Amino acid sequence: MQTTWAYLSNNLIYAAMGVFALSFFAHAFETAWAVRTPDQSEGTEGSLKTKTLDYTRTERAARIATALMVLGFLLLLGGVIARGISAKHVPWGNMYEFSLTGALAFTGAYLAALRKYDLRWLGLFISISVLLTLGTAITLLYRDSAPLVPALKSTWLVIHVIAAIISGGVFLLSNVIAGAYLYLDSMESRGERKAWAKRLPDLETLDQLSYRLVAFVFPLWTFAVIAGAIWAESAWGRYWGWDPKETWAFITWVAYAAYLHARVTIGWRGKRAAWLCLFAGSTFLFNYVYVNVWGTGKHTYSGL
Amino acid sequence: MSQEVEIPELGTAGLLRFAWRQLTSMRTALILLMLLGLAAIPGSLIPQRSQNPMAVRQYYLDSPELARWIERLSGFTVYSSPWFSAIYILLFISLIGCVLPRTFEHFKSMRAQPPATPRNLSRMESFQEFSGQGSELEIAKEWFKKNRFRVRAEGQSVSAEKGYLRETGNLLFHLSLILILLGVSIGSLFGMRGEAIINKGERFISVPTSYDTLSFGKLANEESLQPFIIEVIDFVAKYDLLTNAPQDYTATVRVTSAGEKTSTIKTLKVNSPLTFGNTRVYLQANGYSPIVTVRDSTGAVALQGPVPFLPQDGNLRSIGAIKVPDADPQVGFVASFLPTYARDGANGGISVFPEALDPKLLFSIWKGDLGLDSGKPQSVYRMDTSKMERIALDSLKPGETFSYPEGSITFEAFTPWINLQIVDDPGKSYALYGAIAAILGLLASLFGRRRRIWIRITTTGVVEVAGLAKNGAPGLPAEIEKFVAHLRREI
Repeated sequence: MQTTWAYLSNNLIYAAMGVFALSFFAHAFETAWAVRTPDQSEGTEGSLKTKTLDYTRTERAARIATALMVLGFLLLLGGVIARGISAKHVPWGNMYEFSLTGALAFTGAYLAALRKYDLRWLGLFISISVLLTLGTAITLLYRDSAPLVPALKSTWLVIHVIAAIISGGVFLLSNVIAGAYLYLDSMESRGERKAWAKRLPDLETLDQLSYRLVAFVFPLWTFAVIAGAIWAESAWGRYWGWDPKETWAFITWVAYAAYLHARVTIGWRGKRAAWLCLFAGSTFLFNYVYVNVWGTGKHTYSGL
Repeated sequence: MSQEVEIPELGTAGLLRFAWRQLTSMRTALILLMLLGLAAIPGSLIPQRSQNPMAVRQYYLDSPELARWIERLSGFTVYSSPWFSAIYILLFISLIGCVLPRTFEHFKSMRAQPPATPRNLSRMESFQEFSGQGSELEIAKEWFKKNRFRVRAEGQSVSAEKGYLRETGNLLFHLSLILILLGVSIGSLFGMRGEAIINKGERFISVPTSYDTLSFGKLANEESLQPFIIEVIDFVAKYDLLTNAPQDYTATVRVTSAGEKTSTIKTLKVNSPLTFGNTRVYLQANGYSPIVTVRDSTGAVALQGPVPFLPQDGNLRSIGAIKVPDADPQVGFVASFLPTYARDGANGGISVFPEALDPKLLFSIWKGDLGLDSGKPQSVYRMDTSKMERIALDSLKPGETFSYPEGSITFEAFTPWINLQIVDDPGKSYALYGAIAAILGLLASLFGRRRRIWIRITTTGVVEVAGLAKNGAPGLPAEIEKFVAHLRREI
């Protein structure tokens, strides 16, 4: 019975990967097809440079791409739930499960933001990064579904880890947007935006959005760290011990605190703020990749 | 030909004032905050003595020269190093210098009236005007009161302000950080931490001599030790049959608190420690103690009882030393205990499962000087064989005896041991309250919106409405729309 659920989970993950791949192609198709080369009659010598965008032609592709993204999200959600049922615990007991849930949170953050802002231009990037995360997870990080080790048997596993995963998903989304800001900024400083990038929001909007995401999720990250400390107190006999994972969580917290101060108090905007945001986000990624795989300390369980 | 540069006289007081202003400036605080983050990095890359003393020792063996340099820079004790402390102490001084004046100011402004209505409202945000009926000011005042604005009425105008919670939250957040630091300091000054290994069936009495390791904070001593007695009645470890991973550790203990005559039976698990006042007792590790009887050549018992062995891997292959100083000559056994014995071509005897399904005791017997009287501290799990001579090599199953010219050893049975970690941290509740207040403050400061709304009736009877949102807080235009709609509806 348990293995049935585990197989179901694996199949759902594979299906989700297939759907995310299709979504990636739909996004690519949309971006590429919208670029229209002007007719010969109106074209002059510089016609190649004056490509225009016509999204009316590709609206259907964009809708399909987003629909596929939602489908992928639902399949992944099913996969994560099935994994949880097979292992009889919340599906974040090791790095494989954490990656699945992280990818789910990342997609969820994107789809939630999509309801308010037209971020479909990000879809290309989101779908490929989710695909890569899932691919890495299922090939390199895969572990058979297994019960939890005693140290992880706690209600705090649910609270601490879900707070960390959601924060991580939103931090990364904010990073993608800050990255897009820097890329578009350098493109604009060299002249006009390229045709495909014209639909993307203006720099001001990107700057604000990236900040809002961080401001929204910073209290949650603070909570994740504190919840971790409370759990550590009851499991390891100290609430803070400078374990590598704790240290990097602290560094991430300090970096985002500095980012918020730089923006709110000193009034940093644009490029400098975006770089600081990228730096803060990279400390989170470092914590996830380096400390889990090569690090030592108390946050290493069941292989990975 | 040197040119004298004219330096304006500052004086000591002036210099101090200058230093204080520099330290409490936002830019300095931000730099210190970033420095704190950067300074935390080396401690996650270099092994730390407080977490992994074995790894530090290994570092010394692998590259002694580098290790000495790292030691000089406090690299093995980063988080208690002078430079790390300097950064966070400066940061907190800067924070206090920043937050305290602001707290007083905020307190004053909360009790003061909102600022007067500006003369020219048309320059402010969301400016609107319409011809009025005359009673708008009264309706506006009521609406402001109902929506919990602070109101200042002056002549033909009303000025209203709301959203002090933002600054309150901001200050609360920063003050709570000080509380957290205070909690951490109290814990490290007045706290205590110790460990003890107890075999199943044995009693642990919390007095200094019972602890295997015991350390106190700078301002704590043995008198602050919480007295209690723990008897380990049973210990059960469950493992997954396929992956060998541990599934559950449960210790059943009989607990007697200080001053109590009766004892109670309690369950001790990994995530649920026992509590005695401020002191908590954690189940930290477990292993096996082989129970042996060692006799001398006359057949008299020289040593009898359980000897804790130290687990080396997930399948609890454990190593230990059985030292018999009372035998003549002294004898000792360098031994390993294998809970589920198997043979491996490369490593010899190994264990293939952590539960004791087919236990075996492997040992070599040594005679000579154990070196226990030399005064040099020795590990209980290892034996210094430099002044000893090996006389035999064998393995036993429970119940079996091996005889050698100087005596015999009987592997009677085995029993589990548990390692208790005993911690007293009197500062942790402060840190917890600080953390909770910090989150509440953070939420208020990030989502609170401070804004002002003004209304004035000009001499010509025109109603003017405008507002101001601080820190670009969103939602003001919508609020003013609602306010104006209300005014018009009521009239």
